[in-house]
Amino acid sequence: MKIKNIAMTLAAAGLVFSAQASIAASTLESVKKNGVVSCGVSTGLAGFSQKDEKGQWSGLDVDVCRGVAAAVLGDASKVQYKPLTAKERFTALQSGEIDILSRNTTWTHTRDTSLGLNFAGVIYYDGAGFMVSKKLGVKSATELDGANACIQAGTSTELAISDYFRENKMKYKAITFDTSDQTRAGFESGRCDFLVSDQSQLYALRIGLKDPAGALVLPEVISKEPLGPVVRQNDDEWFNIVKWVVNASIEGEYQGVTSANADDLKDKGKPGQKRLLGTEGDLGEKLGLSSDWAYQVIKQVGNYSESFERNVGQASPLKISRGLNAQWNKGGILYSPAMR
Amino acid sequence: MFSKKTTEQIKLETRPNSAGATAFYNNPKHRGWIYQTALFVFLIGFFYSIISNTLDNMSAQGIKSGFSFLNTSAGFDVLMSLIPFETTDSYTQIFIIGILNTILVSVIGIIFSTILGFIFGIAYFSRNWLIKQIAIVYVEIFRNIPVILQVIFWYTVFNALPIARESLNLGDTIFLNVTGLYFPMLVGESGSGFVYSAAAVAIVSVFILKRWAKKRQDLTGEQFPVLWASLGILAGLPLLALLVSGIPFHLDYPALKGFNFRGGVSVIPELISLAIALSVYTGAFIAEAVRAGIQSVPKGQTEAARSIGLKESKIMSLIVVPQSMRVITPMLNSEYQSLVKNTTIATAIGYPELFTVFAGSALNQVGQAIEIMFMTLAIYFIINMVISVLMNHFNKRTELSTR
Repeated sequence: MKIKNIAMTLAAAGLVFSAQASIAASTLESVKKNGVVSCGVSTGLAGFSQKDEKGQWSGLDVDVCRGVAAAVLGDASKVQYKPLTAKERFTALQSGEIDILSRNTTWTHTRDTSLGLNFAGVIYYDGAGFMVSKKLGVKSATELDGANACIQAGTSTELAISDYFRENKMKYKAITFDTSDQTRAGFESGRCDFLVSDQSQLYALRIGLKDPAGALVLPEVISKEPLGPVVRQNDDEWFNIVKWVVNASIEGEYQGVTSANADDLKDKGKPGQKRLLGTEGDLGEKLGLSSDWAYQVIKQVGNYSESFERNVGQASPLKISRGLNAQWNKGGILYSPAMR
Repeated sequence: MFSKKTTEQIKLETRPNSAGATAFYNNPKHRGWIYQTALFVFLIGFFYSIISNTLDNMSAQGIKSGFSFLNTSAGFDVLMSLIPFETTDSYTQIFIIGILNTILVSVIGIIFSTILGFIFGIAYFSRNWLIKQIAIVYVEIFRNIPVILQVIFWYTVFNALPIARESLNLGDTIFLNVTGLYFPMLVGESGSGFVYSAAAVAIVSVFILKRWAKKRQDLTGEQFPVLWASLGILAGLPLLALLVSGIPFHLDYPALKGFNFRGGVSVIPELISLAIALSVYTGAFIAEAVRAGIQSVPKGQTEAARSIGLKESKIMSLIVVPQSMRVITPMLNSEYQSLVKNTTIATAIGYPELFTVFAGSALNQVGQAIEIMFMTLAIYFIINMVISVLMNHFNKRTELSTR
């Protein structure tokens, strides 16, 4: 009797050991099953991911998740947003808590190779810069020797500023905060003399200041900060979907397909437009999606240009010009691989 | 009908039946061994399975593991460091800086929370109505507000201070502004060693004096004014050395150069806010512990002390507080441990202690959560174990000695 109990226990223990726990392989299946895309965004950054009074999220980063939801589920609103600090973001993705990390995240070699993650493209070419108070009378970053810097903890900017000051043989003190709101508060109180962040964020943070005109963004851009969505490694199906949703939006602008004319062009467009919108070819099927995947993205979210202008461009308070983020044939470096 | 059994009979009955066939596994001794071995094997297997599973899953997900990152250059700046630091230094250096900053704020917090706790704990028994009310209000306010709010409150107070160029200024020697507190530093020149040794001699002689006075009192009953004599020695001897050697010191004054004050000693507002919040918060709990300790001393002790004519202040310091330490010490132990754990709240205001700088910034740059979390947990565990051992040692000394 007792012996039997021991044997049972050991058998149970054996079962425990042999069961190798592992994270569910297919993100696409789980997204379809749940009917919602879980998307990691920032805790609030104007133009990229921010929440309005009604609780609606909007922004360039948010549009990536809405695009994926439109392509996979046919409804751009089926996104569940998880606000994350810079420090939390990668763990949230690795652990499977979110399906996409779309949170103004810089594509770096270390992150791509050692975190078990893949960057699915670039949606904004950025670079780190400085914002100072006009009262300091500083005109160039080279005058910042000995100053205090407000930085968001766990960002690539933390590393970029260290390189820049070392190169120019200057000293600085880093005051790091968890959220970008805290860095702004530190800057406003005078705890730090300048704020360092991606240029796009500097403009966004400046709008939030009590006196936006009193702050100056210095001309120096000290690093390459290509921002893009991130997914887990070893799930190529999902990686492809996110990558091609980003490309579809860029290709949409290049082909002249907008949310307004997508319905028309679906039947009457040029071959390239029809292929994109799914009336010709089988691009959607190859991704494991329906044939009108890209049509849904452009119809519901808009092409890259629409998304850019609405969130960070001329139709937004940020008024950022396209710069590097224009199409390759218009002076920028946006270039989608061939849609065929 | 009960009959008294002799011990001999009992022994005989419990002895295993050597004649009957007792199975190997029915022998309680053997069975005990089997259970122990099975449990041991199970535990080893359990932990092995957890660790190997984790490693397998990580490599399957393409996440790097191992401790090689500790030797690579960190490449980011740390706000405050007790040891020399360059941004090119390794993650090991970051780890050590984090530990030192954690220990620094913990030690400051423990010292000041103990002082506050004893002052307000004893003040509770004051015959002065106002003082008693202040003690009650202090405990009730600071014990009931979450410590993170208190940290942020003090930090907000600091943030409301003027900027560096418009510092609050005390005689051009002490400056206070939003970037911190600055005061002059005493810098020793050649010959200052003489003054240091005079100070050391003064300290040692005070200890000797105290022993001698106690011995004399035990023998003759005569009291010696140890306090005043000690203060005289502590102040007089170094002062004499200072004058003899021609004052080999100068003050290094902080001065505004460029963006910031240079020279002197600077204390960052993050450290001050965190230290104030933790001291005041934990002090409220210690005050309660002190109150409980004092209340645990029977009233008869005070009455007995009064009847032999001790002064009220002596009754507290010689009779009541020493006896109450038996109750207070174990509670102090856990308050100190809570304080150490609460230092992690620093992440809210960016004071670079272990959790913020190593499990925060470093973790994010390296991405090796398991290794870094393990190292961080181990350090908090070790610090608290050390506190526990010290406090247990102290507790042994204050325990009621029973014979």
